[in-house]
Amino acid sequence: MDELALNILDIAYNSIRAKANDICIYINDSIKENVIDIEIEDDGCGMTNEEVGKVIDPFFTTRTTRKVGLGIPLFKQNAELTGGYLHIDSKKNCGTIVKTRFIKNHIDTPIMGDVIETMTTLIQADENIDYIFEYKTDDIHFIMNTKDMKDILGDVKITEPEVIIWLKDYMKEGLSQ
Amino acid sequence: MKSLEDLKKIREAAQNKMTMRMDDNQKYRIVVGMATCGIAAGARPVLNTIVEEVAKAKLPVTVLQTGCIGMCTLEPIVEVFDKDDNKTTYVLVDAKKAKEIVAHHLMRDEVLEEYTVGKYKK
Ligand SMILES: Nc1ncnc2c1ncn2[C@@H]1O[C@H](COP(=O)(O)OP(=O)(O)O)[C@@H](O)[C@H]1O
Ligand SMILES: [Mg+2]
Repeated sequence: MDELALNILDIAYNSIRAKANDICIYINDSIKENVIDIEIEDDGCGMTNEEVGKVIDPFFTTRTTRKVGLGIPLFKQNAELTGGYLHIDSKKNCGTIVKTRFIKNHIDTPIMGDVIETMTTLIQADENIDYIFEYKTDDIHFIMNTKDMKDILGDVKITEPEVIIWLKDYMKEGLSQ
Repeated sequence: MKSLEDLKKIREAAQNKMTMRMDDNQKYRIVVGMATCGIAAGARPVLNTIVEEVAKAKLPVTVLQTGCIGMCTLEPIVEVFDKDDNKTTYVLVDAKKAKEIVAHHLMRDEVLEEYTVGKYKK
């Protein structure tokens, strides 16, 4: 996965599998600070300290379709390669926050990629999950909460293709202020 | 500038579509595998292409996502279910093939045999 946005998608799917109702995705992509910070927070099933320790180990997964969990250990390795880090804060039956930092000007730091496609893909995955999406650069500050959209949509699902297309354009405008 | 107000128009259009669907019914369900293996192989643009094409043609089709389908080397995988739950499995799908699947299978009921799993599993 050569885009940070794809890794964000993959990490956020862990939150979905953990039965989260609310997922916050925060990105700070700053040349001034020379960092790319990515935080993904959920109110899903959470993990014990022991489980968190194992997750960092690539041979641990609770899934049954494959023996090896790959998402988090690889992402952590990539972040550390640039001088950054990946931290997991989790509380059983409460939720999880995964904080990742990449050093922006490091040669091994991947491109951001298409964050908008990642967000529409996540929103499309399950109409019952709500997202707060916050994106910051040195010039932009965009925040979006899917609850605001659902209030307007009423009985029309946010996962309807027409709505997803609109969301894509809405975010495109927001991120190109 | 797009504002949340625009969403009201989308809502009205979608509501009209829903009433139309009552008689038409959902003809197909199309499911994209979105586990780590799928994402790494390019499932995200496949899903987004399908959503876009279905929206453009206003098809009575439900687009869904699922986890690992269990054939990681053949990802991205797209499954099409008809009304009677008959399944067609398309493998190694990219955005271009996804467009064709919408245009042929979903719009004209033509299965694209050359992209199905049967062609790869011998
Ligand atoms: N947000 C989360 N909430 C609860 N459990 C999680 C979360 N993220 C990861 N996990 C646990 O860590 C395991 C490993 O995750 P990951 O490295 O992404 O591999 P995989 O998703 O393929 O199992 C998951 O199977 C799950 O048990
Ligand atoms: Mg994962």
